[in-house]
Amino acid sequence: MNGLLSVSTPPYIRSRHAFNRVVWVVATALVPAFIYGMMIFGIRALLVAVFSILACVGSEALVQASRRQKITIADGSAFLTGFLLALNLPPAVPLWLPVIGGFFAIVIVKQLFGGLGHNLFNPALAARAFLLISCPGPMTTSWIPPSGGSLSGLDSITGATPLTILKNPFLYGDPASVFSRFNGWPVFRNIFFGNIGGCIGETSALFLLVGGLFLLVIGITDYRIVVGYFAGFALLALLLLNRVNLGINLFSGGLILGALFMAPDWVTSPVTKNGRWLFGAGCGVLTVLLRRWGAYPEGVTFAILTMNMLTPLLDRLTRERIFGSRKELRK
Amino acid sequence: MSRGFKGGVILPAGKAVQNLAIDFMPQPQTVFLSLSQYSGKSSRPEVKAGALVRVGDLVAAPEGKQSVGVHASIQGRVREIAPHPHARLGKSLCCVIDAVEGGEGEIIREKIRYDRMTASELRTALRDMGVVGMGGAGFPTGLKLSPSPDKTVDTLIINGCESEPMVSADRRLMIEYPMGVIEGARIFQKTIDARRLVVAIPDHERTIAEIFKKEGVEIRSLPWKFPMGSEKQLIRAVLNRTVPRGGLPWDAGCIVQNVATCYAGFQAVCFRKPVIERVITVAGDGVKESKNLMVRIGTAAHEIISYCGGYVATPAMVIFGGLMTGYAQPTDRTPVAKETIAILVLAKRPETREWPCVRCAHCVDVCPMGLMPSEIYHRIAFRDYPGAEVLGLADCLECGSCSYVCPSRIPLVHYFRYGKAELKEGIPV
Repeated sequence: MNGLLSVSTPPYIRSRHAFNRVVWVVATALVPAFIYGMMIFGIRALLVAVFSILACVGSEALVQASRRQKITIADGSAFLTGFLLALNLPPAVPLWLPVIGGFFAIVIVKQLFGGLGHNLFNPALAARAFLLISCPGPMTTSWIPPSGGSLSGLDSITGATPLTILKNPFLYGDPASVFSRFNGWPVFRNIFFGNIGGCIGETSALFLLVGGLFLLVIGITDYRIVVGYFAGFALLALLLLNRVNLGINLFSGGLILGALFMAPDWVTSPVTKNGRWLFGAGCGVLTVLLRRWGAYPEGVTFAILTMNMLTPLLDRLTRERIFGSRKELRK
Repeated sequence: MSRGFKGGVILPAGKAVQNLAIDFMPQPQTVFLSLSQYSGKSSRPEVKAGALVRVGDLVAAPEGKQSVGVHASIQGRVREIAPHPHARLGKSLCCVIDAVEGGEGEIIREKIRYDRMTASELRTALRDMGVVGMGGAGFPTGLKLSPSPDKTVDTLIINGCESEPMVSADRRLMIEYPMGVIEGARIFQKTIDARRLVVAIPDHERTIAEIFKKEGVEIRSLPWKFPMGSEKQLIRAVLNRTVPRGGLPWDAGCIVQNVATCYAGFQAVCFRKPVIERVITVAGDGVKESKNLMVRIGTAAHEIISYCGGYVATPAMVIFGGLMTGYAQPTDRTPVAKETIAILVLAKRPETREWPCVRCAHCVDVCPMGLMPSEIYHRIAFRDYPGAEVLGLADCLECGSCSYVCPSRIPLVHYFRYGKAELKEGIPV
C-alpha cells in the first residue's frame, strides 16, 4: 500500500442518530396526527401547513443567502419548524397568517439569535404566541367543526374547543351540563380520538401519543421532560382544576402536543438531567396556572415559552455530579 | 445482581471475530521494537547495530521506575536503533532486528514455582521480563502492583470486559488459555497480598464463567456496555466502590489488571519468558480475513494485514486499538507494541459532516464520568480553558461515548484532548 491513510481522533464509529435523520424522524412521528387533522378539518389544514413550511424554509434560505452563509435548508430543521407551527394553528386561519408566523419563527426567533442550536425560544411556539397576541381575532375564532360533528352538537358554538367551553361557562353554560348532553364517556372518547375542534395537530390525543411514544422509545425525546410535564400538570390540576374534567383537560388542547413534541425540543430545554425534570415539571405547573387564571383558555404555549427562558438558569443551577466527586459520593 | 455504572453506550457488536481461535502468525522478517515506555524514560539500549540476538535477549534495559525491559522477539541481527512509527507517539526510537537463518527461536524453560518467591522478587521478575498493561495503557505492571504503603488493598480485579466492538483478544485468551490467565492472576494477587480475587466478564460469556468457576475463581458477570473496561467504571460495577476524583484504584482498596497482562505475567514469572508476543484482533471491513492472531511484538501492521489476506481495496484507515479509543495510523508500517489490542482496517472514512450543537444532551446522558461534554466543548471552542477545567475536563476518560452519540457529529474527544493540551502547556491565547 502506498500513500498516506486518513487520520482523525477517535471514535471511528458513530450512532445512527445523525442530526438530519433525527429531524425527519420527528417530522414523520407527527404525520399521523397531521393526517388526522386533514381528515377532520379538510384540505384547508394542508394549505396552512404548506404555507407555513414554505415560509419557514424560504425565510431560512433568505437569511442565510443575505448573510452569505451556507444554505442549510436541507437539514430539515426549518421544515420541522414550519410543520410544528402549522400543527399549532387553527385550521381556518387566513393563509397570510402562517406566512407571517413562519417568517417570525425563523428570522426573529432562530436566525437573529444565531441560527440552529442557539435560539432561546422554541421557534414554532414563539411564532404561535406572536400571532396569538398580534392577531387574536383569526387566532381564536378560526376553528372548524370536525367533519364528524362538533363537540357540543350545537351550531351556535361551532367547533369551539373543549377548553373554551371549560373556560367560559357564561358563554356556553355550565361545562358539566354542556358535556352531559353526551354521556360522559363519548365526550371523553371524542376528545381522546380527536373528533373535536382545535388546532390542526392538537386534536387527536391518540395519534400524538403514538408518534410521541415512538420518539420516546427510540430515545430522541427525553422521558424526564415528558414525565415531568404530565406529573406536574396532573398533580396541580387535581388541586386547582375541576377534577371531573381532568381527563378532558389532559387530552384536549395542546397539552399532548406540547408535552411530547414542543417541550422536549432539544435546543430550548436544559442539558442537565435534573434540569430536564424541573423544566418538565415547571411546564406542567405553569400550564395549570395559566389555564386556571390566564386570559386564554389554553396555557401550554406560554408555559413552555416561560420555561424556555429559564433553561439557561436551570442548566446553571443543576450541574451534573462528577464521578468520584464529594457531591456524588454523598448521594 | 451485577451493578453497573451511570451512563455509557451499547455499541453494535460488529463483525463476529470472537469465535475464531487464536492463529499463530509465523515470525516476520523484521521487527521494530519501540524503546518508548508508558510515561517514563525510554529504555536504555543494550545492543549495538550488527549484534546478533536470540529470542528473548534483552535489547534495552529499564531506565528509571516507570520503565521495563525490551526483549528481542525474533532471532536475528540488529540493523539499527532509529526512529520508526509508533501507534500513539507518532515516532519513537526502535531497535530494528532482521531475522537471520538459523531457525525459529522459541523459549522453552522449565516451570518455576512462584509460591516461594517474595513480593519484591515477583515485581522485579515482571519488570525484567518487560510486563506492562496489555489492555491498552501499557503501564508497567510491577509498578501498578506496588501500592503506596499507606493504602490497604484487599481486592484484585481482573478486567475481562473488552467493551470495544470487534476486539476479542482477551476473550480468546480466557477460553483457550484459562489456566495461564488464572495463574497469572494468582501471581498478581500474591504480589499485592490481596484477600479477594474477582474476574469481571461480560454477562453473555457463559462459557468463560463456567471455566473459571470450575477453577474456584470468583466471577462477576457485568452488563455489556461501553466503557465497562474502564477502571473506575469497572470498580464501581464490581465492588460498588468509588475511586475519588483524581485518585487511583488503590484509593478504593483495589487494583485492576487486564486478562492479557495476567497471561504475560504468568509466562514471565513461571517460565522467565519475556513479553515477545501477544494476541491481537485483526478485523474491519477493509481486511480480507478477520483473525485473532498471536503475533511477535514489533511486527509491522502491513505484514500482519497481508497474512490476513491483504486489503479488500485501498483502505481508508488503519486503526491501532478499538473503534472507540484507538489510534488511526498515517501509515501501515506501524509495528505492534505490547499494548496493541487490535488492528482494525476500515474501507471507508467515517463521515465528517458536522452540525452546530443542538443541545440534545445525549452526551450528558452517556458520559460515564458525569460530565457535561456539550458545556465543556463550548468552553474549549471559545478558548476558555480554565472554564473547561472547572467543569471537570481533567476527569474526562476520552472514552468517546459522547462523540459516538452526538447527532451533530461534533468531534468532542478531539476538543477535549486539545483543551487538555492547552491547559498542560499553558500557552497564552
